[in-house]
Amino acid sequence: MADAIISMKDVNKWFGKFQVLRNINLEVTAGERIVICGPSGSGKSTLIRCINRLEEHQKGRIAVEGNEITNDIRQVEAIRRDVGMVFQHFNLFPHLTVLQNLTLGPIWVLKTPKAEAEARAMEYLERVRIAEQAGKFPGQLSGGQQQRVAIARSLCMDPKVMLFDEPTSALDPEMVKEVLEVMVNLAEDTGMTMLVVTHEMGFARKVADRVIFMDEGEIIEQNTPDAFFDHPQNERTKLFLSQIIH
Amino acid sequence: MSVAPHVVNTSVAPGVWSRIPALHWLRTQLFSSPLNTLLTLLTIWLLLATVPAMVDWVFLNSAVTATSAQECRKVTGACWAVIVEKHRLILFGVYPYEEQWRPLVATLLLIGVIILSGVRRFWNLSLLVFWVTALTGAAVLMWGGVFGLTHVENSRWGGLPLTLMLSTFGIAFAFPLGIVLALGRRSNMPAIKTICIVYIELIRGVPLISLLFMSAVMLPLFLPEGLTIDKLLRAQVAIILFAAAYMAETIRGGLQAIPKGQFEGADSLGLTYWQQTRLIVLPQALKIVIPPLVGLFIALFKDTSLVVIIGIFDLTQAAKAALVDQAWRGFSIEIYVFISAIYFVFCYSMSKYSQSLEKRLATEH
Repeated sequence: MADAIISMKDVNKWFGKFQVLRNINLEVTAGERIVICGPSGSGKSTLIRCINRLEEHQKGRIAVEGNEITNDIRQVEAIRRDVGMVFQHFNLFPHLTVLQNLTLGPIWVLKTPKAEAEARAMEYLERVRIAEQAGKFPGQLSGGQQQRVAIARSLCMDPKVMLFDEPTSALDPEMVKEVLEVMVNLAEDTGMTMLVVTHEMGFARKVADRVIFMDEGEIIEQNTPDAFFDHPQNERTKLFLSQIIH
Repeated sequence: MSVAPHVVNTSVAPGVWSRIPALHWLRTQLFSSPLNTLLTLLTIWLLLATVPAMVDWVFLNSAVTATSAQECRKVTGACWAVIVEKHRLILFGVYPYEEQWRPLVATLLLIGVIILSGVRRFWNLSLLVFWVTALTGAAVLMWGGVFGLTHVENSRWGGLPLTLMLSTFGIAFAFPLGIVLALGRRSNMPAIKTICIVYIELIRGVPLISLLFMSAVMLPLFLPEGLTIDKLLRAQVAIILFAAAYMAETIRGGLQAIPKGQFEGADSLGLTYWQQTRLIVLPQALKIVIPPLVGLFIALFKDTSLVVIIGIFDLTQAAKAALVDQAWRGFSIEIYVFISAIYFVFCYSMSKYSQSLEKRLATEH
């Protein structure tokens, strides 16, 4: 596809002798929302972490906006500027205030003037409904609030793609909703390209254009949410869905 | 001792112990078990045996105003008059007597700039300006040769300013070098990593005394003829190289404690290695290692006294010189107490400052 924003061709990856990704082929078009699910250890996190080179793939080809990811660190940094990531454990910087967490990237990487970066940061904090916490340190916030700050931090870089690596898995149940709401709004209001690794099937049904099921490092099945949930084709998909939907 | 009746009282009227707050405190804090009672009694005995005698010696029986050594010898306690008599020699060594206001001002400049460095408001470019000004000022004062100041060879420098200079420069250069070595040891580049490991292990395997000795005696043998490097400078470099190796390992300990997620978070924003190191990793790593790092600073401050073995006239050596005077023989305790007090003031200030810094930098709950 010519307009693919992310393209993965025959991507393989090993951790030592253990193969975590097997012949992954994936094309993501701009604005597409993809949910990736699968049993633990199926390689779904590794897959999205290869897109911004937090993991190195050993075989195959990954390109973001047509630029292939290689060992060239400059190129990798350029790709990371355009690809935001939200982590399971937030990975906020505990020694900086919420506002400083948000402006760090824009000021140092994008060379945005400080005042402008702060104004934009406040806008994004408004959007994730947490502006009143701007002066606090991450350690003073709840998990849900921290994850919303982390989402805002990524958005401040004005990314073309957002990767979410199990964004709600480390949260207490009552905080999952507030984070999912922010993600739904992001999808609906901005048309952001999103790749989300999650088991939140409600979220998948609501916003995903495509759901991908992975097992043992392979993409087993992919389809629109309705077709995926209502008529799974593969036995392993059926087994997985029966286990997570009670 | 007044403790005994109370002990008897417990068995008779235990109610008293819980009714009166002071007694309740005594019982729970000092006499809660047979072992604690024993330890309390032992401590009281130790205090009684030492404190009154010390107070007598330091204050009650001491003399400050004695005018001669003879008069001093009659005093049963400490004769602080020896300090009054010798303080200029102890503080400034053999620096020309009439010019000793110069090392005094230089010392105050150094102390001033160190204090300013502790104020967070100045943690920016102004600090660099302060340091350059203070160090230039101190150097001009000590050396002279300009502005009508007579030139003073640095072999005549001594005492407190020398100790302060050796330790200030020691910390100021060893600390950044230690950071570079710590980062180097964690580097993915084999050459850099190996150099750092070899350096750290070699230096840590050698006592400071032998490094100082090498710098003073061996190094000149290897230098081409005609090229000499000042002895003081060589000792300073030896101290810096020595301290840096230790600081490197302490700082590396802090770096190891930073969770992988912090690096990934920084990576995902597209920060370069150096931005990541400076903005994310080091601020957190250094905060973790403030206590051991300040321990090393304090050790370095005191270790500068080892330069005596190569004949540099630091505070300790100046004190020893003050003991040599025949007329004032026999007052070594007073003089050593005096310089110990000086060392203590500086070391304790560092310790206190590091505690307050830790509190100020705490951001987690």
